[in-house]
Amino acid sequence: MEINGTSYERDVPASLLLVHFLRDDLDLTGTHVGCDTGSCGACTVQLGDEAIKSCCMLAVQADGASITTVEGLASDEGELTPLQQSFHEYHALQCGYCTPGMLMSATALLEKNPRPSEHEVKVALQGNICRCTGYWNIIEAVVAVGEKGTR
Amino acid sequence: MTAIETEAGTLQKGSAVGQSVPRKEDGRLVQGQGVFFDDVKRKDMGYLHFVRSPYAHATIESIDVSAALEMPGVYGTLTGDEVAILTDPFFQIAAPPGGHVKDYALAVGKVRYLGEPVVAVVAETRELARTAAEYVMVEYEPLDVLVDARAALADGAPVLHEECGGNLSYSGVWEWGDVDAAFAEADHVVSIGELHFDRFNSTPLECGGALVEYNRGTGQWTMYTNNQFPGFAAIMMGPAMRVGLDKLRIVTQDIGGGFGNKITSHPQLVVCCLLARKLKRAIQWTEWRTEFHQSMSHGNERWFENTEVAVKADGTLLGFRTKAIDDAGAYLRYEPLGGVIWSQVAAGMYKWRNIWLEFTQAMTNKAPVSPNRGYSRMQQLWFTERVIDIVAQTLDFDAVEIRRLNFVQPEDMAYETPNGCVYDSGDYPRAMDMALELIGASDIETRRAEAASRGKLLGLGIGSTLDSGTNNFGQSQLINPELQFSGNNEVATVKLDIFGEVVVTLGTTPQGQGHETTAAQVVADILHCDVDVVNVRVGHDSYWNSHAGFSGTYASQFAVTGLSAVKGAADMLAGQMVKLASMVFQCPEEAIELADGFARIKDNHEAALPFMALGAIPNANNAGFPDDPPTMNCRYVYRPPFDVPDKERKFGNLTLTYATQIHACVVEIDPETGVTEVVDYAAVDDCGVRINPQIVEGQVMGATAHAIGAALWESFVYDEDGNLLTPNFYDYHVPHALDMPPLKTGAFESPSPFTPLGTKGMGEGGGGGIHCICSGIQDALRAAGGAIVTDSHNPYHRVWEMLSHPERSRETIEVTSR
Ligand code: FES
Ligand code: FES
Repeated sequence: MEINGTSYERDVPASLLLVHFLRDDLDLTGTHVGCDTGSCGACTVQLGDEAIKSCCMLAVQADGASITTVEGLASDEGELTPLQQSFHEYHALQCGYCTPGMLMSATALLEKNPRPSEHEVKVALQGNICRCTGYWNIIEAVVAVGEKGTR
Repeated sequence: MTAIETEAGTLQKGSAVGQSVPRKEDGRLVQGQGVFFDDVKRKDMGYLHFVRSPYAHATIESIDVSAALEMPGVYGTLTGDEVAILTDPFFQIAAPPGGHVKDYALAVGKVRYLGEPVVAVVAETRELARTAAEYVMVEYEPLDVLVDARAALADGAPVLHEECGGNLSYSGVWEWGDVDAAFAEADHVVSIGELHFDRFNSTPLECGGALVEYNRGTGQWTMYTNNQFPGFAAIMMGPAMRVGLDKLRIVTQDIGGGFGNKITSHPQLVVCCLLARKLKRAIQWTEWRTEFHQSMSHGNERWFENTEVAVKADGTLLGFRTKAIDDAGAYLRYEPLGGVIWSQVAAGMYKWRNIWLEFTQAMTNKAPVSPNRGYSRMQQLWFTERVIDIVAQTLDFDAVEIRRLNFVQPEDMAYETPNGCVYDSGDYPRAMDMALELIGASDIETRRAEAASRGKLLGLGIGSTLDSGTNNFGQSQLINPELQFSGNNEVATVKLDIFGEVVVTLGTTPQGQGHETTAAQVVADILHCDVDVVNVRVGHDSYWNSHAGFSGTYASQFAVTGLSAVKGAADMLAGQMVKLASMVFQCPEEAIELADGFARIKDNHEAALPFMALGAIPNANNAGFPDDPPTMNCRYVYRPPFDVPDKERKFGNLTLTYATQIHACVVEIDPETGVTEVVDYAAVDDCGVRINPQIVEGQVMGATAHAIGAALWESFVYDEDGNLLTPNFYDYHVPHALDMPPLKTGAFESPSPFTPLGTKGMGEGGGGGIHCICSGIQDALRAAGGAIVTDSHNPYHRVWEMLSHPERSRETIEVTSR
């Protein structure tokens, strides 16, 4: 499969979850695990143009797919995307554990809907739990990127 | 969109302190470059999985690990019998009877709650460890189960810990003022049958875990983990493992939320340590969400029985009596400290001078409790607020006015409470007025009528938090006079390195509170340099020399203990920089100033030494100095001014600062379903001087979300067999983005007169929010039978029950008037 523009070929056990493949086999540890029921979204990555929960998918199911993880957002030189920058400005993260998943869900949203309303952002983030921020700063950070038109 | 209304700071500040400096932490975290414990890997490490008890109470008849051990790729196991040989039981904070509890890292002979770790299995992969755990055969003999603290104290109840001779962990009577005289003076006595504060916790998104290595040559363990109070963990682990504390190195970098729930992971860390030594390989343990819910740090559930409140005709509150029964769960991992911590806020924000409270704590077949954001104080604050609303409704006082009348007033500050605690500063009436204004309380009757026209019940709620911060650990002696803990401390080092880098280390374990940023702000102002120049080392390492017995991040204290230590060390370094410059320029120290990243002569700015020169001299260019140049490496231990409290009278100052929050809300209830919707919400915060207002506001918003969750959705529900019915985020509903009401925040600053920076610890404001919702619900229900809210947790079915049978709760309230 192709991850953040790099092709990987690995033999993996059939029972290996995509999230553990990313984290343990490829050392892409930006994608997190927060639950065991597919409820929290900490593991969200982009598969094609959809945000998906990588704990709800086996690694073998992603065979041949093109995946973007949080590590694939900023440029190689470390230049942040406007969304990452906006999270920083709006204090949309505290511990940062949910942040990769939030960023991936919001990135997928902004690609489809560059100027989402507050409600549309809430709906898009409904599968992502944050236990630190109370969400409002996250919602504002995403809306602001849309308003600035600088996704 | 949330309307954020924040008042500008009231103090003269330096250029960095008081600004919402964007956080230093964010760069790595938004790029997935944080290092959480589960990101740390070692070659050939073994993955650990716990075999957990499927019973809430049972004896262990036999354990057979042979089938698991035979599986290829399984590295080994550890059982309770081995633990009982290799370790001693953990030190108990409690005096007898609770002090007799024998608590080991794995169950020995008996299990006492569902999910208790019984065996640990280590294997080549996560998946294999989990599978192999299923091949461990454990035979149990089930015992009668206790899930109710009240029943646990009854004669003939099944006993969890035989050594204790019953289920009581601690009991004590706390009495201050002249309670009998207060009741004699009262015009009304309001009796409240029973109030209940529910069991939940803040469920950080990252579960517990560690990567543990053992160095056979030196006998030292290194734990990369997310424990948030390493000082406490080490004190618990060292004696149990029969090793000195220097053998236990605890390292954290990024931690995915803590909220107190990550304080008591020492049993699991001991298991990892024993297995790292036994199996000669690094051990990786990552808890699964279900395991966290079943076994990690529930918040204290508490009952308040037979409360009586003495009230004057004008609404003045004279005093109360109540019997608190606290549920500690199956083991005393931090308890019974909850049995004293509540008394930091015994009277809440109010001028009650006469208090009688019997505190009794019982052990039950549920997960052990330990600190949870607002630990043990939020139960008491909720109680004081609940009492006021019940008194107001029963005696027909206005809920706002009775608060205003009984608040400790700003002119009373600093205010000594009946039990000797000192409220340092604050303006509670102002905070309440701001909160009420933010939610538009002046129009409430119009809105109530408008809602009624839509068939909805609308109510206004108020809650308060006194966020007592910087503990005096001497209070532990009030529940166990034998303990040798008192005061508090935190350590920081600030040094100037060879190339002039400013490097700060701390003993704290941040979990999202932005310590790197706020510490850098304080240092930058003292050294007169840019925030960017200040490097704050990330996380915690008990091998740094910035560690003391109380190091950690808990109990609302960083802005006082952590930043005061940083200030102390930075002041020392500033003094040394001036001294060194005076040695170089051969002028008096008074002639030198620090400015713009230089040490220079005040009236000759050309004569300036950059930080680089100052760092290089003592480190690498020291020949020719007549005297030793200062070291440029400063360590400061901040010690708050405390005395040991009076054990006889249970009297003394238990915390240094009291940050305050008032929450206010408007709720709408659908009488058809009992569903409560929060339609307006405001939280007003006063935590003294704010180093970084944006970070403070973030804490307020996060705590508010926890409160709303706990008030409406989050609960650890057990059935009568001790099965946890909410063991994951599917059944345990935490707020999601769509659940959050519009949120307004307000702030002002009443600087603490007792702290070096005028700051107060903050962050645990959630308790006010829980009550706020309860209060709103009770107000809304006035128009539909006038039920009394007696529980902290009010999901739709409980509200629906109150709507259907308002008399049930009303009958638990009695008024005697003269
Ligand atoms: S880890 Fe929680 S949804 Fe994937
Ligand atoms: S920032 Fe901690 S979970 Fe979202």
